[in-house]
Amino acid sequence: MRTRLSLRRKAVNAIMLATTGLCTLLSIGVLFFILGYLLLQGGRFLSWDFFTKLPVPVGETGGGMANAVVGSGKILLLATLIGVPIGFLAGVYLSEYGRTAFSSVVRFVTDLLNGIPSIVMGIFAYTLIVLRMKHFSAFAGGVALGVMMIPIALRSTEEFLRAVPVSLREAAMALGAPKWKTVVTVVIPAAIRGILSGMMLNLARVAGETAPLLFTALSNQFWSPGWNQPTATVPVMIYTYAIAPYPDWHRQAWAAGFLLLAMVLVVNVAARSTIASGMSQKARL
Amino acid sequence: MNSPAFVRSDARPRGRVSGLAVVLRRAVNGDRVAYGIVFTCAVSIVALTSLLVYELWVNSTLSRHKFGWSFLVTSTWDPIAGQFGALPFIYGTAVTSALALFLAIPLGVGAAIFLAELAPPRISDAMTFLIELLAAVPSVIIGLIGIFVLVPALQRIVPFIKSTLGFLPIFSGPFYGVSVFSAGVVLSIMIVPFIISISREVLLAVPRDLREAALALGATRWESTWQVVVPFARTGIIGSIFLALARALGETMAVTMVIGNSPQIMASLLAPGYSIAAVIANEFTEATGDLYLNALVELGLVLFALTIVINGAARLLIHMTTAKGSK
Repeated sequence: MRTRLSLRRKAVNAIMLATTGLCTLLSIGVLFFILGYLLLQGGRFLSWDFFTKLPVPVGETGGGMANAVVGSGKILLLATLIGVPIGFLAGVYLSEYGRTAFSSVVRFVTDLLNGIPSIVMGIFAYTLIVLRMKHFSAFAGGVALGVMMIPIALRSTEEFLRAVPVSLREAAMALGAPKWKTVVTVVIPAAIRGILSGMMLNLARVAGETAPLLFTALSNQFWSPGWNQPTATVPVMIYTYAIAPYPDWHRQAWAAGFLLLAMVLVVNVAARSTIASGMSQKARL
Repeated sequence: MNSPAFVRSDARPRGRVSGLAVVLRRAVNGDRVAYGIVFTCAVSIVALTSLLVYELWVNSTLSRHKFGWSFLVTSTWDPIAGQFGALPFIYGTAVTSALALFLAIPLGVGAAIFLAELAPPRISDAMTFLIELLAAVPSVIIGLIGIFVLVPALQRIVPFIKSTLGFLPIFSGPFYGVSVFSAGVVLSIMIVPFIISISREVLLAVPRDLREAALALGATRWESTWQVVVPFARTGIIGSIFLALARALGETMAVTMVIGNSPQIMASLLAPGYSIAAVIANEFTEATGDLYLNALVELGLVLFALTIVINGAARLLIHMTTAKGSK
């Protein structure tokens, strides 16, 4: 009786533990499936033309997405110029000056901003810029992504600055440095690796965003010089090509998807391992 | 702010430099300037968020005034007649999110238990790293896989479901591939990483003594996990689920690509549907007329309000558990 009961408990134990392991393997399997499939499908269709040629009209084969690659670069540059400085400096405020009631308001609002769906951010940029300027532009797309970058830029700056030991700050102050000099020459350099990695992760996150660009940057079959014209981007091209009924466009979508995923994952692996190695270094000290 | 050392260095050149320079130097106190800059940036975030809410509110005025609360409960979406009701989209968003949670919760919580309780730390860290990479995959890529891999696969699997469970209304009717069901599956892939990584952290915050006490009383590993550790972490796990839900509600691209985009309310999960985010994505550029545009912005406002409430609840729940663990 006793042994049978304990046998049952042991069986339940083994079965349930194995099930949790299976859940983990299944989740990780999905990642490898996506990776493998894109490598197989996208790698085949990626060619030099992809980076050097413009999209061709329906019916013609070949062509590339040179304009979308450049467009994505431009919009990401603009987003970085908007999102990173604001997020970084506000992060410095929260970490170095933030012990006031206002700082908890800023933290709360940042969390709120971080939770806003990306499509709503697109509406914001649309009403703010596209409606007023009366046309779609790379600028509007950059603003939408830039605002999306702020919360993570702030969070990662604050987190890594807080991890800098107080003794470093005290040492600098004791040597007679004013607070701003302490922060600029001692605290920020001590945390710069982590902060830069955080910014790279942030950039990789918005690089794949499609929804906020659909009606801000729109798209373009041609080059779009300057900042005031509808601009093609890689994620939007993937979307429009994937839902179109032309097999040739599907091949282009796979190639672009491969490029995008490879970029996002490379940046993620590099930045995350930098952060991890920085932490183990700190643990050894 | 005003360290004595700085005051002294401020005073030193007074003898040699002209009065103007001294005035300037006093006015341009480095610390004040630095504080001013970083404070301005912090204020600008609050201002920007307020501006966002204001823009959503003002640009949906026409639709809010014309339809009032009935906007949320009527199901006619007819841009030509100027009649806008959000119900089919709200229904689609709710059903796809519920289905995604139904699939993702067992998977996510199971994996989190494995990573927090069973796997050796090194393996657990490596696997969590991979799961976080899954979270980083852009949604348009998941949509791509959804259209070209998942939908064809479902077209092969669904006949089996229909032959066994076809008597249920949720599995009735024809299946064309793009459907509420496909959207739910795609969404579940996107939210599983969130449930896993946050639940794992919450589980790791449960004090060691509790596990040891249960094991010392003769509980098996599973019993100590399921009857002691998980109940202790329950609030935090629910918090992670809420967070995943907030993400599922606002998810746009992957859903738009596989849901079928047809504004109807059908009992069957196999029928095509529509979601709030998807209709905004599809119709925003072609919205002619102010009322149409206002109605779409109001949908954005609804989505915004939903995610804010759910995110807030999630953070509260997660905070409650991790604080309990550290006590």
